Amino acid sequence: MQGIQLDLISEARISQMASMEKVRYIIDEVRKGKILVLEKGLNPMEEAKLIEMTMSAIQPDVFSGIEMQSYPANADGSFLGKIFKRQSSKRLTVIGPANQLKTLKKDRNLISALVSASK
Amino acid sequence: MNMLERFKVSFSKIFNKLFKKKGACIGIYGPPNAGKTTLSNRILKDWVGAEETMGSVSHIAHETRHAKRRNAISIENNGHTISLDIVDTPGLATKIDFHDFMEQGMSDSESKKRSKEATEGVIEAVKWLDDLDGVILVMDSTENPYTQVNVTVIGNMEARSLPLLIVANKVDLPDADPSVIKEAFPQHPMVPVSALEGVGMDSFYEALAKQFG
Repeated sequence: MQGIQLDLISEARISQMASMEKVRYIIDEVRKGKILVLEKGLNPMEEAKLIEMTMSAIQPDVFSGIEMQSYPANADGSFLGKIFKRQSSKRLTVIGPANQLKTLKKDRNLISALVSASK
Repeated sequence: MNMLERFKVSFSKIFNKLFKKKGACIGIYGPPNAGKTTLSNRILKDWVGAEETMGSVSHIAHETRHAKRRNAISIENNGHTISLDIVDTPGLATKIDFHDFMEQGMSDSESKKRSKEATEGVIEAVKWLDDLDGVILVMDSTENPYTQVNVTVIGNMEARSLPLLIVANKVDLPDADPSVIKEAFPQHPMVPVSALEGVGMDSFYEALAKQFG
């Protein structure tokens, strides 16, 4: 049976990993052709690291990169949040192979994606 | 970023302000083909001289594949002069497919070469994020602003407590709508410009002096 594996990864699972471990896990899984939906999402530094490591993994005709979408962070409006620039961690991130996951629409509150089986 | 790192960043920012650190290093970021090099060239033309450019531009993505830095550009606004180091970075992207270059008329080997150089350019651009005092984020005002590249750059600047100026470029095009960018990221200053035509540059320099001066 041909299909696409979609993994919905809980906040509890992703929180157990260190930043580099998260990034490596995501790249490894996406290179296998999986689409990942992270309940917690990545912080901006991790997203930048993921872009950097994805570029190192690109190979012609094998892996052309990732499609990644997440919502802009909601700033913490509390007094302490303003002082320490604390951002809300409740963000969702969708990541998949660029040749299989196409973003159709994205705005502040909606990510609409088309998943294609053709490689 | 943990609390200790946030404290260090905040302390460093306050220290720099107290002692009037000169020559803040500002990176020009954005997705490929947003007009980063065109804006860099316009800044040089306006403040350094018509003969100097930061790099060549083309309609093919990833024309800039290595970051280029120009130190000590003096920009005058309302009687005050600020000195900035400007870094024109390669376009950030999460995917690079050499087939896209072939569709632009490049040969197979040329496309693969550009693809390899482009990936190295993106890595270089990401690494620069650690060494900047602020960012000018260039967006194409004819495109949807909610791209991962924009979200990542803005998130990084917010997490590091560094100033950011959004430039809604290409307002000379008929389907440009800079108000969409303003609505998407209302927490940051935004200036509509056409770097190609030189439209809105006075407002841009005013905002530049306010954010980074």
